[in-house]
Amino acid sequence: MADVNRGNRPLSPHLQVYRLPIAAITSIMTRITGHALVAGILLIVWWLAAAVTSPGAFACADWVMRSWIGFIVMTGAMWSLWYHLLAGVRHLFYDAGYGMEIESARKSSTAIIAGSVILAVITLILFFAL
Amino acid sequence: MRYVTPLKAAEGLGASHTGTQDHWFLTVTAVALLVLTPLFMIVVACAIGLPREGVIAYFGRPFPAIITALFIIVGMLHFIRGTRIMIDDYLQGGARKAGIIISVIFSWTVIAVAVYALARMGLATLVLV
Repeated sequence: MADVNRGNRPLSPHLQVYRLPIAAITSIMTRITGHALVAGILLIVWWLAAAVTSPGAFACADWVMRSWIGFIVMTGAMWSLWYHLLAGVRHLFYDAGYGMEIESARKSSTAIIAGSVILAVITLILFFAL
Repeated sequence: MRYVTPLKAAEGLGASHTGTQDHWFLTVTAVALLVLTPLFMIVVACAIGLPREGVIAYFGRPFPAIITALFIIVGMLHFIRGTRIMIDDYLQGGARKAGIIISVIFSWTVIAVAVYALARMGLATLVLV
């Protein structure tokens, strides 16, 4: 690609000495939450499979599901799912060409963090109240 | 600031040999999951805490069964493409191939186990009726 103008293009940041802006942090968090939430799906699928296997298998999976380990995994996966959903919505807007400016990316980053925490708290309240 | 890259290097289906089909698949499944995610959360929240017979009867009903099946299948297919992007970013050569293969096998295993469990619950409910 010898005919590309290489002189006037932005440099990739050196990550060890670069303080990541909030838009970069929320971007990498999209990837992390997308992979981490599969822990919750695994727990649910194991729990479903155990229910059709035997009473003993279900008792084991159900104990894990209702223990503090299950609570941490399920709550973490639930927040990750909300976060990944909101970040995914932002990607749909990015694809359509909206919200790419630095200031709006900063605002949407704050909205994603705050929105995912609010939705997670509402989900927990509804789960324990109903 | 010019970001222009030579057109001749991106003609046809480009360097990926599959064009933008992964990106488009992620977009379609993302929109589907936008609807499925809140529904799946409600379904799971209603099921946790039930005794074994209750869980089997609950997922034997159409709405919980279909929402769960759709969420797990669409979600894990979305996951295959999502991990693929991460694998392409961080791994090269043989490790990249191994990562992709493991990701695909893992995802389809999760789908198979979930569909098997849901089918068993549906049939168990059918026998009771």
